[in-house]
Amino acid sequence: MNIQIKHDIELACKAILSEHLGKRGLAFKMDSLGELEVHGTIPEDVHQELSQVLSKYGIELIDNKRAELVQRIKDQIIDIIYLKEKTPSTRLSDYLADKLGHSYGYLSNLFSDTTNASIENYLILQKIERAKQLIMADQLTLTEISYKLSYSSLAHLSNQFKNVTGLTPSAFRRIMLKRRMYYSS
Amino acid sequence: MEYKPLNILLAEDDEDDCQFFTDAIAQMKVKTKLQTFKDGEALMDYLHDPIHTTPDLIFLDLNMPRKGGMECLEEIRKDAKLKDLVIAIYSTSASENDVEDTFVRGANIYIHKPNDFPSLKKVLAEVLSVNWQYHTSGLDKANFLLSI
Repeated sequence: MNIQIKHDIELACKAILSEHLGKRGLAFKMDSLGELEVHGTIPEDVHQELSQVLSKYGIELIDNKRAELVQRIKDQIIDIIYLKEKTPSTRLSDYLADKLGHSYGYLSNLFSDTTNASIENYLILQKIERAKQLIMADQLTLTEISYKLSYSSLAHLSNQFKNVTGLTPSAFRRIMLKRRMYYSS
Repeated sequence: MEYKPLNILLAEDDEDDCQFFTDAIAQMKVKTKLQTFKDGEALMDYLHDPIHTTPDLIFLDLNMPRKGGMECLEEIRKDAKLKDLVIAIYSTSASENDVEDTFVRGANIYIHKPNDFPSLKKVLAEVLSVNWQYHTSGLDKANFLLSI
């Protein structure tokens, strides 16, 4: 049986943090940028223990300023692709500069220095990943997927998909379905 | 930021191809640690020995004595401990059927062996960069397909 789920990542994250920080007597506030304001200081041993416990949920405590900003850029991109009903057509550079309060030049250099990839490449890779998920979920046509991910046309999506993966979206779908059958028999 | 070197395995029986690959990987910007195996059997022995750390990426030649790349691929995908490894097939064939067949059997990457050194370096740089994104950005490896 397949069940579709809808989830609120922020709410889930908050609930997990409440549980584990609360257990250790730490009160906190979280803002929309994923920044935690903890009352008082966290002793080193508790910090380490928290890092370990939270990593199981894919939550990472970041204390390096540069790494933190890179993570916020990635989070903004994920938000754009996954949470918005349709990805905004404003330029990504303006959007990120506005959201994060730094010039795009600064953000872009920082990102390339620390991740071996440009922000643009990261966005493309994530969009294609999202396209793969939507293709496999089998709820939308390719044209609908291209619209949802703000491509100007189906051809644009197909070209970018082929550039990133070396395969067309329909070849990807055919292979994944065949693979499922191959290993289930 | 400092990252651990990528732990890479290569199974390749042709000595020249193996040297070619080793030289190219040594010139990559991404730091790597490479171990090579003469055939699939030697690779599988290594993978089944729990003393060794899990590799980040495995390159498999299709045609090898004792055990070929396709057999290794299937054995890895059916093994609960190994099935999530990222596997690149490294082959001289560019036939669409061969490419599709290896993907269906669970390969993540299909590399058509380049003929010259600069092209090999370019292809490997691309493969390492995409593989690195999959490891660091929490992407779903089940959907990782790259034909290059």
